[in-house]
Amino acid sequence: MKRFLILGAGTAGTMMANKLRKSLSVDEWEITIVDQHKTHYYQPGFLFIPFGIYNKQDVIKPKTDFFPPGVNVVFSEIDRIDGENNQVFLNDSKVLSYDMLIIATGVRTVPEETPGLKDKLWYKNIFDFYTVEGAIALQKFFKSWEGGKLVMAIAEMPFKCPVAPIEFVCLADWYFTQAGIRDKVDISFVTPLPGAFTKPIATKMLSTLLEEKNIKVIPEFYIQNVDNETKELVSYDNQKVPFDALTIVPVNMGADMIENSGLGDDLNFVPTDKETLQSKQFENIFVLGDASNIPTSKAGSVAHFSAEILLENLMSYIEGRPMMAKFDGHANCYIETGFGKGALIDFNYDTEPLPGTFPLPGIGPFGLLKNTKINHYGKIMFRWIYWHILLKGKEMPIEPHMTMAGKVKMK
Amino acid sequence: MEKIEVKGISIELNEEGFLTDSAQWNNDVALELAKVEDIELTEKHFDVLNFLRDKHSAGETLTIRKVGKSGIVDIKGLYDLFPGGPLKKSSRIAGIPKPTSCV
Repeated sequence: MKRFLILGAGTAGTMMANKLRKSLSVDEWEITIVDQHKTHYYQPGFLFIPFGIYNKQDVIKPKTDFFPPGVNVVFSEIDRIDGENNQVFLNDSKVLSYDMLIIATGVRTVPEETPGLKDKLWYKNIFDFYTVEGAIALQKFFKSWEGGKLVMAIAEMPFKCPVAPIEFVCLADWYFTQAGIRDKVDISFVTPLPGAFTKPIATKMLSTLLEEKNIKVIPEFYIQNVDNETKELVSYDNQKVPFDALTIVPVNMGADMIENSGLGDDLNFVPTDKETLQSKQFENIFVLGDASNIPTSKAGSVAHFSAEILLENLMSYIEGRPMMAKFDGHANCYIETGFGKGALIDFNYDTEPLPGTFPLPGIGPFGLLKNTKINHYGKIMFRWIYWHILLKGKEMPIEPHMTMAGKVKMK
Repeated sequence: MEKIEVKGISIELNEEGFLTDSAQWNNDVALELAKVEDIELTEKHFDVLNFLRDKHSAGETLTIRKVGKSGIVDIKGLYDLFPGGPLKKSSRIAGIPKPTSCV
């Protein structure tokens, strides 16, 4: 009996457990998935919690709801991978051997990397919304807040779901307008990037949108520390941004387990072939989702599209054939822009987000880089699709590779 | 497309001032590119430039944090060497493409 081991039961790991159990013979392959947590979070929903649109119960389900029969589940922390000997050490000193391994341990936020962040203002005036605890603390804070300087800041690239901070400020604009105190809330967007987003055409569209909403963008601001006395963000070149409420995307890093295994880069992301998804260090280790260092968004859509490519390559590898499937970096992100509208971007390694339409049989088309109501419904509907189709590894009516259909080429 | 001339050799730059062919880089080119930024290159600068070129040719994604952990210079020091947008400026002078802090 051969052993297939999956580390991490988030979006990527859970999808692969479902896909692999269907594709691998139960007589030949034993499949085991390991995760330290028993709760599956619908992470795209965290964004809505501070504004009271969702609550905790809307974004959690037991992980066990999503594993197929015939997969062993181990709930334990992972200490390290010994790639030379094909073994994984768990924290309770248990050892799991494997023939094939998928790393899908994702990323986590590390506020400790920024001096002064997790200090006396943490969850009093400083919040994150990348954890359910942070999102709920912020919801409580906003309910009684009477206004002031609201600063949304990004500590480091890359981070999970690169459009989320933009969505956050758009929703804040809507939320405080509804509350009747928008004139008392000064919203700024602080980023280490040269503009609101990484790619030029989308940056232009999003900058215009933020300007219309009277949200100030402060670019090329690389945070050195947070001053808890003066309530200021301080950059390495000594710029200062004062805040009354700070929401931050802390530094994102891969799991400690990656570092313990000697498999990561300086942020614990695993060097991975961006087309085949094979790790660069060991040929029987593959990496799916946020845990890898492939140069595209850290997002569920990427994990989803690349899962189909990975499955094909795993089958080829197991059967001794060359790996022919190549991931193109396809990402597809809804951008909630407030007041019941949303935008949509669709891109890959080579093609930046372009305007046009996005075809989706039966539901679309959605407008690309356009602010429309149908895009917002797409985002709302997605939660159902996530729980019922995506995690279970079922077919979706979207091709893994990006298509140019509907997109308008720009100079 | 812009061109600069260094010791009789014509070097092509893209619209953002980055070398189109990284192989054309040498110390003289670096000195010329640094002039545009008003930076006088010291040995420390060249240590950073060579680090960036090594990492780039190894296919690694470059970040300010990575340079800060290099042992050559800390982040504060990097800002002192290349004031205002240190990674972009040092990459340009090192003759490598604009860093693509990936989405």
